[in-house]
Amino acid sequence: MVLDDPSARSPQAKSDAPWHHDAKKEDLKHIGKPIRKVDARSKVSGLTKFADDLSMPRMLHMKLLRSTRAHAEIVSIDTAKAAALPGVKGVLTGKDMPIPFGILPVSQDEHALCQDLVRFVGDPVVAIAATEEEAAWDACRLVDVQYRERRTIGGVHEAADHPEPRLHDYGVRGNIHRLENLEFGDLAAGFQKAEHVREDTFFFEGNTHLPMEQHATLAHFDKDGKLTVWSSTQTPHYLHRALARVLAPLPAHHIRVVAIQNGGGFGGKSDPFNHEICAAKMSMLTGRPVKIALTREEVFWCHRGRHPVLMRSKVGVTKTGRITALDFHSYLDGGAYGSYGTASTFYTGALQTVTYAVENYHFRGARFFTNKAPCGPKRGHGTPQPRFALEVQLDKIACDLGLDPARIRLDNLAPRDSLTANFLRIGSMGLGTCIEKVVAGSRWKERRGKKERTADGRIRGLGLACSSYLSGAGLPIYWNGLPHSGVQLKLDRSGLVTAFCGSTDIGQGSDSVLGWIIGEVLGIDPLGIKVVTSDTDLTPVDLGSYSSRVTVMTGNAAMQAAERARDILAKGVAEKLGVPANRLVFADEKVFDAEDPKKGMTFQEAVVCTEAKFGTIGTVGSYTPPATAAKFRGGGVGPSPSYSYSAAVVEVEVDPETGVYRVPHVWMAHDIGRALNAAVAMGQIEGSVYMGLGEAMMEEMAYRDRSHKGHRVFVHKIPSLLEYKSPSALEMPTVTTYVVEDPDKNGPFGAKEVGQGPLLPMMPAVANAIFDAVGVRVDEIPCSFEKVFAALQAKDKRYGPSLGADGVPTVDFGDSLKIKTPWQGGDGTAWNEPKREKKAAK
Amino acid sequence: MLRLPTFTYHRPKTAAEAVAICKAHGKEAMYVAGGTDLYPNMKRRHQTPTQVISLQDVPGLHSVDVLPDGRVAIGAMVKLSLLEHHPTLKQHYPAFAHAVREISTPLLRNMGTIGGNLLLDTRCTYYDQTHEWRESIDFCMKTGGDICWVAPGSPRCWAVQSSDSVPIVCAMEAEIELVGSGGTRTIKAGDLYRDDGMQYVTKQPEELLTKLILPAPRGWKASYLKLRRRDTFDFPVLGVGCCVWTDAGGVVTKANIRLGGAGSFAIPAIESEKLLVGKPLTDEGIAAAGTAALKSARTMDNTDLDVYWRKKVAPVYVARALAACR
Repeated sequence: MVLDDPSARSPQAKSDAPWHHDAKKEDLKHIGKPIRKVDARSKVSGLTKFADDLSMPRMLHMKLLRSTRAHAEIVSIDTAKAAALPGVKGVLTGKDMPIPFGILPVSQDEHALCQDLVRFVGDPVVAIAATEEEAAWDACRLVDVQYRERRTIGGVHEAADHPEPRLHDYGVRGNIHRLENLEFGDLAAGFQKAEHVREDTFFFEGNTHLPMEQHATLAHFDKDGKLTVWSSTQTPHYLHRALARVLAPLPAHHIRVVAIQNGGGFGGKSDPFNHEICAAKMSMLTGRPVKIALTREEVFWCHRGRHPVLMRSKVGVTKTGRITALDFHSYLDGGAYGSYGTASTFYTGALQTVTYAVENYHFRGARFFTNKAPCGPKRGHGTPQPRFALEVQLDKIACDLGLDPARIRLDNLAPRDSLTANFLRIGSMGLGTCIEKVVAGSRWKERRGKKERTADGRIRGLGLACSSYLSGAGLPIYWNGLPHSGVQLKLDRSGLVTAFCGSTDIGQGSDSVLGWIIGEVLGIDPLGIKVVTSDTDLTPVDLGSYSSRVTVMTGNAAMQAAERARDILAKGVAEKLGVPANRLVFADEKVFDAEDPKKGMTFQEAVVCTEAKFGTIGTVGSYTPPATAAKFRGGGVGPSPSYSYSAAVVEVEVDPETGVYRVPHVWMAHDIGRALNAAVAMGQIEGSVYMGLGEAMMEEMAYRDRSHKGHRVFVHKIPSLLEYKSPSALEMPTVTTYVVEDPDKNGPFGAKEVGQGPLLPMMPAVANAIFDAVGVRVDEIPCSFEKVFAALQAKDKRYGPSLGADGVPTVDFGDSLKIKTPWQGGDGTAWNEPKREKKAAK
Repeated sequence: MLRLPTFTYHRPKTAAEAVAICKAHGKEAMYVAGGTDLYPNMKRRHQTPTQVISLQDVPGLHSVDVLPDGRVAIGAMVKLSLLEHHPTLKQHYPAFAHAVREISTPLLRNMGTIGGNLLLDTRCTYYDQTHEWRESIDFCMKTGGDICWVAPGSPRCWAVQSSDSVPIVCAMEAEIELVGSGGTRTIKAGDLYRDDGMQYVTKQPEELLTKLILPAPRGWKASYLKLRRRDTFDFPVLGVGCCVWTDAGGVVTKANIRLGGAGSFAIPAIESEKLLVGKPLTDEGIAAAGTAALKSARTMDNTDLDVYWRKKVAPVYVARALAACR
């Protein structure tokens, strides 16, 4: 393994600023303490305003008329009757907003309203605003849209077999959106060295975020020509960019985006959405405020959730279970648009190497366009599917070799402070500790394989799985050399500290993180700090609440701003008290001399005397992640300042007569680096257990594909909260949570992510537990009752996609990019990659 | 959000008045009791009455009464939550109280009524959808389209009986009181329903269901076993209602088994019933009766969970429900 190269770290990490990643717990006043969230009381007492709570005088209500065809050309749209309906004030169609947009620069393939093609049932075609919501709905029913139907592309096999009709006129070819082919090391040699080889296929059905809050947007184009958009978005900065693009020539600095408190996001509010842009345009058209509040069904059309992924995985191991080679294929069903799909594709191949040392690795990924609601990033973004495959396959290998599934993982752990085969830089690495915690807590060694019976005749089983996730993407979504996060502090003579930051609290507590860090550095009560976030007029840019990036990136920016404020205050106080600045301590709302604590003043007095000396006090902090070691094309997806680790043991009780099972207990250990607030961290871990359990047991974006007399309908099967099955409180198991702290030098106080990682091991751990209980393998997610039953009845005691000719689509991936691993002397470039032209920073 | 369409709300003061309003408006009118099914259906526009007749003020529908002959009469407007906690019902009709408790969530049981549950509209994943969704399949015959998407070649609608109370009251041979323009009549619960997803009840549209009358609790034992994905609030994908009459020697004299959630009405598992009569309820007898139920379950692909699995586990559920009648 190659040790970490310190010269590649961020400028901040090299600076003199103490980053406190190794600070002792007892020296920290607020960090690590279970302080309540800054917005907790408003939330639990119902006072928090969400986007749908907003109202303005003369506000119009907007509805979207959506496509009822899965794939069709728009022949004509007649809105005359709708426009004439009493109460209707504005009608928009695609021709009003011809400029395309999309979250990634490489896939600007969406329109606020469809132009000449509709690509899935739910694609928006017409927007209508009226004085009442009912009138807008009624008016939508009066619009006459004529379609000419095209062949529906219903999944990856159909997309591979039918390059025509194409959904989009860009992409690799036909209906293939992306093809990736990356080879690290010498795969043939790796398999040569292997003493046992397994090849399996897996399928992970798509599922969606299911946030409690349905998306809503209020837009107001005022008489001074300024546009304000309040929206339930996780990424106000990217929405701001999309609005500026589509609404050109309206200047970007005339647009203000305010991200209202999100009632859950999970990645589902990370794209700029057509309804947001339509509301803005409608307000410009009518001169009145315009609101749209989506129905639950429309939230399913917005989607951007988990990609359905078919996977083929071949792994070679030594007889002690050490991984010598991994050959992994993924086939992603992307739905109708690009969204984050390019990143999602790479993510299906990126993080396998971060948990276990893989000596030689070949990844091939294909993403297809299909006539479904577009897929994108959901908690775990692109990594839960391959993680499921890898963790179940490791379980099978352990079984083949007669090894303890916990042992085989401990023996394969990727080393800390190392580079992986695909040039990801691992820092702190607490996975070993996580495994030991859940193994001890669940009494794994005594209870596994015992097939105990419950009083009602069910059979118990235990399953184990691990995972890793990134603490923020190392690269921004659009190419630029700017900071990923910025924080401004204003220190008022009242003693008030106000923090301004573009980050968005989606319930995870990022507003609170700002308060805790600034409070710790300045020695003041975190709950007394005012936090102003996610308003593009007021706050410096933060890229958004996605990719588990906020605690590390916003946190580091906040720390820099706070330390700069402390330095200024120290100067002011030092002069006033006549003591050296470096002897001053900031604690308990006071600034005082460490050697003579009686000599000091209150924090407020410190601000006053400093302001008197230097004028108005404000500081800024910003953060840019360390440079990545991966230099090959595609190496931009996967690098992160640090990686979190999780291990889970899941207990199941399976009814062998029906396949019905329940999950009574989960033990989850998560290496968070350092918990800035263990109570909030545990909330994130338990929330991940819940969401992962839903994916494991039942959640699926299933489609109805029916034909009658040559007419094919293709539509989401169950777009409702009742019929899209997600666990309720009764299904929620007892969770024993272990917060493992292995501080990372790139995190504020050593913190790493916690919002996504603990979801990942749930799905494979459930499948592995079912095997332990009743000896069957369900190589498919969701691992629902009927599949367990089918596996119990099957000759090979397995349920899942086949490895045969029809198992995976036939795709020519072309030549691989060949990259030498660090231990082969590789430098992170592909030796056979054609030279790329350098892109200019925008 | 989804909004209710505009409608006229009536509050008649007597059953006769309610029936008269309903008859006058014909297909435009519907009764509403708890509204937990009707109002969401109206929001999705698959039930679209312009005249909604509330039964709130109709006297005589709000009480549970033990009749002199030991039968129990339950008014149609009695809340489900009241029934599940009712001491007499819990003591003498535990299977019925259990079935009521299996309906939806505590919150909905606080609004939902027994009359509403007995007349619950049949359900189907091609039907219980928004107007926009149904437009994308060109509608189905239950909402103005031409075909049944569950079985496009079939001339009938295959929407599913989804009430938890129906299989058990049919098995128990409870009675139903109906008030119509011609007066009051009482029928066997089983005769209220028919095997059709659209015309799933035999009563006239304006006939008002006023009472459910449970048989005197003597000489029989009943059970209800429900299959669903989440035990918190899902509709049944299989609801087995059993009632077994035995003589003093423990020999079965009559057995009723009704399969809810497995067809458009609560299907009698006749073959299973036949196997039980004339013998005591032994493990072997129960297992054989369970196996024989496989043919009776006519599951279709229009509910949650896999259609074949639901059929294949029906024998297991029938056997378990019968075992609970011992």
